[in-house]
Amino acid sequence: MKTKIHRLLTLLVIFTSAVVWQSCKPKAPASVAMGDAASKAFVPPGKYDEFYNVVSGGFNGQMSIYGLPSGRLFRIIPVFSQFPESGWGYSEETKPMLNTSHGFVPWDDLHHIALSTTNGEHDGRWAFGNANNTPRVARVDMKTFKTVEILELPNSGGNHSSPFITENTEYVVAGTRFSVPVGDKTDVPISSFKENFKGYISFISVDPTDGKMKIAFQLKTPGVSFDLARAGKGKSHGWFFFSTYNTEQAYTLLEVNASQKDKDFIMAVNWKKAEEYIKAGKGTKSKAKYAHNVWDEHTHTGVSTIMDEVLQLDPAELKDIIYFIPCPKSPHGCDTDPTGEYIVGSGKLAALIPVFSFTKIQQAIANKEFEGEFAGIPVIKYEAALHGEVKKPGLGPLHTEFDAKGNAYTSFFVSSEIVKWNVQSLEVLDRVPTYYSIGHLSVPGGPTKKPHGKYVVAYNKITKDRYLPTGPELTQSAQLYDISGDKMQLILDFPTTGEPHYAESIPAELVMPNSVKIFKLEENKHPYAALGEGQAKVERKGNQVHVYMTAIRSHLTPDNIEGVKLGDDVYFHVTNLEQDWDVPHGFAIKGASTAEVLVMPGETQTLKWKPLTTGVFPFYCTDFCSALHQEMQGYVRVSPAGSNVPLKFSTGKIDDQSSGAGQ
Amino acid sequence: MKKYLLILALFAWACGQHTTTTETAVDANVPTGGQSNVEDSDSQPDVVKIAVNSADHTTLVAALKAAEYVDALSNAGPFTVFAPTNAAFDKLPAGTLETLTKPENKEQLRTILEYHVYVGVLTETIIQDGMKLNQVSLDNVTLNKKDGKLTVNGANVLGSARGSNGIVYIIDAVLLPPAKN
Repeated sequence: MKTKIHRLLTLLVIFTSAVVWQSCKPKAPASVAMGDAASKAFVPPGKYDEFYNVVSGGFNGQMSIYGLPSGRLFRIIPVFSQFPESGWGYSEETKPMLNTSHGFVPWDDLHHIALSTTNGEHDGRWAFGNANNTPRVARVDMKTFKTVEILELPNSGGNHSSPFITENTEYVVAGTRFSVPVGDKTDVPISSFKENFKGYISFISVDPTDGKMKIAFQLKTPGVSFDLARAGKGKSHGWFFFSTYNTEQAYTLLEVNASQKDKDFIMAVNWKKAEEYIKAGKGTKSKAKYAHNVWDEHTHTGVSTIMDEVLQLDPAELKDIIYFIPCPKSPHGCDTDPTGEYIVGSGKLAALIPVFSFTKIQQAIANKEFEGEFAGIPVIKYEAALHGEVKKPGLGPLHTEFDAKGNAYTSFFVSSEIVKWNVQSLEVLDRVPTYYSIGHLSVPGGPTKKPHGKYVVAYNKITKDRYLPTGPELTQSAQLYDISGDKMQLILDFPTTGEPHYAESIPAELVMPNSVKIFKLEENKHPYAALGEGQAKVERKGNQVHVYMTAIRSHLTPDNIEGVKLGDDVYFHVTNLEQDWDVPHGFAIKGASTAEVLVMPGETQTLKWKPLTTGVFPFYCTDFCSALHQEMQGYVRVSPAGSNVPLKFSTGKIDDQSSGAGQ
Repeated sequence: MKKYLLILALFAWACGQHTTTTETAVDANVPTGGQSNVEDSDSQPDVVKIAVNSADHTTLVAALKAAEYVDALSNAGPFTVFAPTNAAFDKLPAGTLETLTKPENKEQLRTILEYHVYVGVLTETIIQDGMKLNQVSLDNVTLNKKDGKLTVNGANVLGSARGSNGIVYIIDAVLLPPAKN
């Protein structure tokens, strides 16, 4: 009772004084004296940015392309989410790309980007992204900036620890955030977590010639949560390091129950060893249903195949594949430095950063310096693996990237700052606040063997007063810092789209020369393409009406269609006959329950339309293409189901001589 | 490097009691102000504002400022903060606080304050007798809950207040981290 009264009194004090507090707060939002910052971020009109900044869209399920240092947004690439702006996931060709073992899944949460590397350096070929919710990995072709492959991951409950890559893009990894029951025994009590729940890590091989992905093998690991990962490089090539949390194996109120232990683990995986076991026939094939969707750039169509098995290895039985290293307080980021010697674990609830040494890990394994086992896997002694700790760097370290000068840059969510420190000496060198609550950070080439350095970008989770307010829902803020000097300097504060979760940046010269301008018409193998206006036609197949339509400045062929009946499914297969860079055409029809389709030069895309009433329905080009764009239109007549209106189509044919050009 | 002269109006926590104005030179490259400066009178107060708004916690707030810990606790959290009252600070040996709030002892003060902060929101219903919390300082505190009475390392919890980014438990003693060997 006494406590209650005190509580009431306290609350009273809080509320009465809140009024006073608000009336005497500083009135201007926090601002920074910028010095020469503006000139450092300024890219003059008509000039190019130095870096392509490939940014994940988080909950928008897409990737976006910005320029650095300007922060200008160039493009949003639809990946895991439908995108009515281009028709991705709405057109008949793109729908198979979003197919999964659960059927069509039109949304996902794309957290991380991995740009392909050769010898540990950016090669500018592909960008990989993960789907966090319905576990998948996507590959975007950096020539077309188009999603060309999506591979679903079986036995995964949330693909967060992904898509990190090995030095030569031999593998993309995918570790599950949620351990789940798998195989034949999935209908089990949630409380049987310890017994029935497993974590799986997929190693996806990438074909070095065409980039095609395949699940090479899965590692069956104890039921914990995998958070992030980085491959070894240089001396540690052949190893992969994953952060884990919830080694408590809690299945409820993780906020409390997954933070019970002082330490969770970094999991070191010797994937070369796993390859040896596979060669020796130690893998077991296991039934699993998952979709593999591949885009064909000649038919301009995605093909979805349902796969039915994966190869698995059990590291509890097959020794020397996996080792655990204790890491304080729910490690989040797990980053390897450019030399491959140092592995930085970031306990997200900790106020220190442990740095592990690859050499010492190898010694500890050789000398069996283990403190015990966790689920049959040896646990290396913390001190035996440790290079040292960065003491009191800030609060809540999340992610670390590197420059080429031996420095590390770590983001701190709780204290909202970036801290620069020396990897060898572990000495803190500089710190800057971010606005506000930074998640990932990105140094161009930061995760590679050869960082390009120059900048670090902060991707923040909280925006609040940074920009003109737009109600409760705000854009997310990013800040660009110049890191060329000893001190980090804030030079730009820019809004971003979606939830920019993570990003990589790559020098423009590695990507720009390869950028495709048009798709060649003569290479168009789409079965419904009309490769010239002479091939435009309308065909009936039962209750399907297929319109082989062409688009060129400034008409659609055919533009008068009759004979469609209620109950028909109408497929508008629109081929853009233009062979000129940046002249897409779009197509939309009144009442369509899908979206528009945007058709790139030389490409064919299909919009399916089911008319629900009789009448005459207008359609038009939706992408402003010429001075006569507004004239680029047509009509479809829809008659009752039993009608005897014949199927006919035309463009420029004038039946009524009293109207238009017939006058 | 350009220096800018800014006129900073320094507001005391109990605004209006005494307001001082001073001139400070700010380095052009040092950004000022974190989330504690966001102007927002509509949202629920965060854990720092709860302390700032409490007449019983002026010493704690002064200590948070001296340790430059205000912005950290204004961020997204989530936090559980054990907030000693002014009377609790008064119980410390004479001169302790004066020593700790000296600029050269900032790290030590911060460690003590970090021993009062847990990352995570522990509402009273979640707390169990004997529960250990690993605080931001990396040392543990022990919570006890007997006959509806809550204590932390033996200090009595006098009340609690829910903030936007966490929960504040008002306690009657300053928690001191265990001595390091």
